[in-house]
Amino acid sequence: MHETFTALAEPNRLRIVELLRHGSRAVGDIGVALHLNQPQVSKHLRVLKEAGLVEVEPRAQQRVYGLRAQPLRELDRWLERYRRIWDERLDELDELVGELDTKERKKKR
Amino acid sequence: MNRTTMELPSDTEIVITRTLGARASIVFDAWTKPEHLRRWWAPKSRGVTFVQCDVDLRPGGTYRYVLTHGGAEPFAFLGKYIEIDRPARLVYTQCFEPSPGVAMPGEAVITVTFEERDGSTTLVAREVYPSKEVRDGVLESGMEGGMRETFEQLEELVGSLRG
Repeated sequence: MHETFTALAEPNRLRIVELLRHGSRAVGDIGVALHLNQPQVSKHLRVLKEAGLVEVEPRAQQRVYGLRAQPLRELDRWLERYRRIWDERLDELDELVGELDTKERKKKR
Repeated sequence: MNRTTMELPSDTEIVITRTLGARASIVFDAWTKPEHLRRWWAPKSRGVTFVQCDVDLRPGGTYRYVLTHGGAEPFAFLGKYIEIDRPARLVYTQCFEPSPGVAMPGEAVITVTFEERDGSTTLVAREVYPSKEVRDGVLESGMEGGMRETFEQLEELVGSLRG
C-alpha cells in the first residue's frame, strides 16, 4: 500500500498512470505524449512496475506498458475507510430512529 | 450499496450525507441524547465501545464521548455546542483526545442539517478542519505519515477511476 502511494507521489509518474488509463502505450509514445525523454520515462516506469502499478505487454518489437488495476483498487478501498465508518454508524442510527419513530407514532394513537 | 456519501468539496472539509427513515426531530434527538448516541456512534465492527457519554445540550455547553477499543486505554471526542436549532440544525466543535487529557491540535467545526421530507430525513454533516493537514490526518486515521501531500492527487485519480 505504501509503495503505491510513494510511486504515485511523483507528478510525472501520476501523469503516466493517467495516460495509461486510456489504454496501453509503448515507451516512446508515453515520452512524446508527456514531453519526457526516454530515460526519464524508463526510470518512472521502473518504479511504477516495482509498485505493481504497470505491467509490460510484449508486442512485436515494442515494450508496451499497461495499467494493473489491483493497487488502484486497494487505494480506493483506503479512501473508503472513513466513509465506511460513517456508513456503519449511520446504519445503526437508521435502525434506532426507525424504532423510535414507530414507538412515538404508536404512543400518539 | 453506498447509502452514505462522502465528499471532499475543499481542502479542509469532509461532507457526509445520508437519508434516514424517520422524522427530523427523532434523528436530531438520536444525534444529541447520550442514551441514543451510545447505541450508534461507536463503530462496532472495530471493537469500539462507549465508556462514558456526557452531553450538555445548550449553546456553549460541552459534550464528551469517552470510548475504548477492546478495553484498552480510553480515548475521547469532545467539543462545545455553538448553535442548536432543533430539529433543523446543529453546530458544534470537535476535538480528539488520543489519551485522557491529551488533545490533538486542530478543532473541527461540524454543522449538521436535518431536512425532513415525507417522513424521512436527509442529514448533511459538514466537518470543517483548520487545515488540510488536520483533515487529511483524520481521513488517514492510522496510516503511515508522509502520504498527505499526495492525497489531493490520489483523490482525483480515484474519482476518475470510479467514473
